[in-house]
This record gives sequence, C-alpha cells and structure tokens, in this order.
Amino acid sequence: MLDSQSLATLLGDIAAAVRSQRDYLSELDNAIGDGDHGHNLAKGFDAVAEKVLVNPDPDLGKLLQQVGMTLISTVGGAAGPLYGTAFLRMATQLAGKQEMALADLPQLLDAAIGGIKQRGKAERGEKTMLDSLIPAQEALAQAVADGKEPDAALELAAQAAEAGVAYTRSIRATKGRASYLGERSVGHQDPGATSTALILRTIQRHIAGSIAGR
Amino acid sequence: MVGLVLVSHSREIAHGLADLVRQMAGEIPLVAVGGTADGRLGTDATAVMAAIEQIWTPEGVLLLMDLGSSVMSAETALELLPGDRAAQVLLCGAPFVEGAIAAGVEASLGKSLAEVRAAADTAGTIAKL
Repeated sequence: MLDSQSLATLLGDIAAAVRSQRDYLSELDNAIGDGDHGHNLAKGFDAVAEKVLVNPDPDLGKLLQQVGMTLISTVGGAAGPLYGTAFLRMATQLAGKQEMALADLPQLLDAAIGGIKQRGKAERGEKTMLDSLIPAQEALAQAVADGKEPDAALELAAQAAEAGVAYTRSIRATKGRASYLGERSVGHQDPGATSTALILRTIQRHIAGSIAGR
Repeated sequence: MVGLVLVSHSREIAHGLADLVRQMAGEIPLVAVGGTADGRLGTDATAVMAAIEQIWTPEGVLLLMDLGSSVMSAETALELLPGDRAAQVLLCGAPFVEGAIAAGVEASLGKSLAEVRAAADTAGTIAKL
C-alpha cells in the first residue's frame, strides 16, 4: 500500500530521474521537435518537488491534482497539458483516498491514457507517449490479473513501455511538431514515449527498492 | 462586447499582436498571454484561464492560438474554468495574426461571439498573394 508520504517519495524519485535524463530527453526532441522536452519536463517536476512534495496532502486525489496543476502551469511545452491532464485524471480516481494499492494502478493508468488521448487527439501508433503508456498499462493489468507480485508486475510494465519506445523508431509522427517532418521522423525514437518509459521504470525501481528495504 | 485572448509560445509575439489588434480595433477587451512565468518560450494553461477570467463578459470570449501546445493549453484552460463559463468561450483555428485582427475589428463593432469567430475564420482564407 502507498500512502501520501510514500507516494510523495515516489514522485520525488520521478523528479530526480527526469532531472538526470533532462539533456538526453531534450536531445531526442532536438532531432524531431523543438528540443525542449527534457528541460521543460525537468522544470515542471522540479516545481512539483518544491511546491507539492515538501508537505504532501494526505488525500492522494488532492496530491495528484496539485501535481497536475503544477505541471500544467510550469512545463511550458506540450508535455505540460499532456502530463498535467494525465495527473488530473488519475487524481479523480483517487479523490478522498489516503491509500492506494498496486491493483489500483492499471485503472489509474487507464484514466491517464484517456486524458492524454483527449488532450492530444492522439491514438496508439502515432509516435507519442501513448506508444509506451498503453502497452505498459496492458502489461500491468494482465500481470495484476495473473496475481503477480508488485515488483514482477511493474517489471513487465516497464519492459512493455521500453519496447514501445523502440517501436516509435519504426513509425512516422503524425502529431505535434515532429509531424512537420513526415517520413524524416522515422528512425528517431519519440521523446514523449521515452519520458513515459523513464517514469514507469522509476516506479518499478522505487517499488523494488522499497520491497528490498523492508 | 466579445473579449479576445491571444495565446502564443512567445510573450513578444502575443503582445506584439495585441498592439496590432488595438491599432485596428481600438480599445476592446483583449489580453495577450505568452511564454512561461520564468521567461521561457511556452504556454501556461493556468495563465490562459486567468486571462479569460480577467476580461470575462457574458457576451463571451474568443481564444486565438499560434500553434502546437498553445492549442492544448487553451483546451486545458477551458476545462479549468469554473462553473459553466466554458460554454461562452470559443477556440478559433484561424491563422494567428490575420484571425486576431479580423476578430478584433468584428468585436469592436459589437458582433456576437459566433460572428467574431466567423470573421476570423474568413480572414484566414484570404490569399496573401
């Protein structure tokens, strides 16, 4: 079970991971977009760490809502409304709850996917963050249904996300700034799919670490 | 009178366009929103929402955006607006400069929100060459 304090620690790990991969994510974006994905996202998660995580709201819904609003107002690029909307949708699922379990995560990610699809007017296969998030959600839902342990389930989700990132190299972009490049976007991996996979891998490491640390 | 909110990635583009619109349309309810709070290029949906609130009129507000994430930020701002105000806000897909000037002039004539948007859309279809 995750309470507000442990969720805040996890979100802090995500902020640190984004910060450490900031230049790499921007480099990926430089090839097919405006080159600011890593820097924008790091700005947003740094603001989350400063404003939201220092004194986390015990209500998980309110905590995730504050994360979403902070990302929306500080990221600057498309990742702001996209990740922001994803967090707002997940917040709705957790409204009034002080604890969540791994079994809640597939439903949360499903809500996030709905938000990103609506905001980005995108579907799977368009070289976006959905290409890593949707396979990860499916893998996680299957693993939870199969009764896998949390660390094994999250490992499968993170692997599915990373396979999704690799898949984005093979397809052309039809959404966002990268769509202006058309065929020339093929061969490059999508920065949004990459940051989503990074976040899922960080969740897996956090849960594996907290189990090992018990 | 219908209000206008101009949303750009760049503070200079948003404010420069607002100057152009005022030159043609005179004093109308108009707010320019551009860049992030810390001075980077980008858009901020909470700033767009605040701009709509700032010039709120029952006649409605038209949003014009430059490209990319400014559209997503405008749509997010509608979702963040309290109560049923979003019903009186329209997004306009017209080219930013041409659309804003046409919308500004139409708004200054006291036209309805739908008429203001239609004028902006028409301006986008006029060939430059």
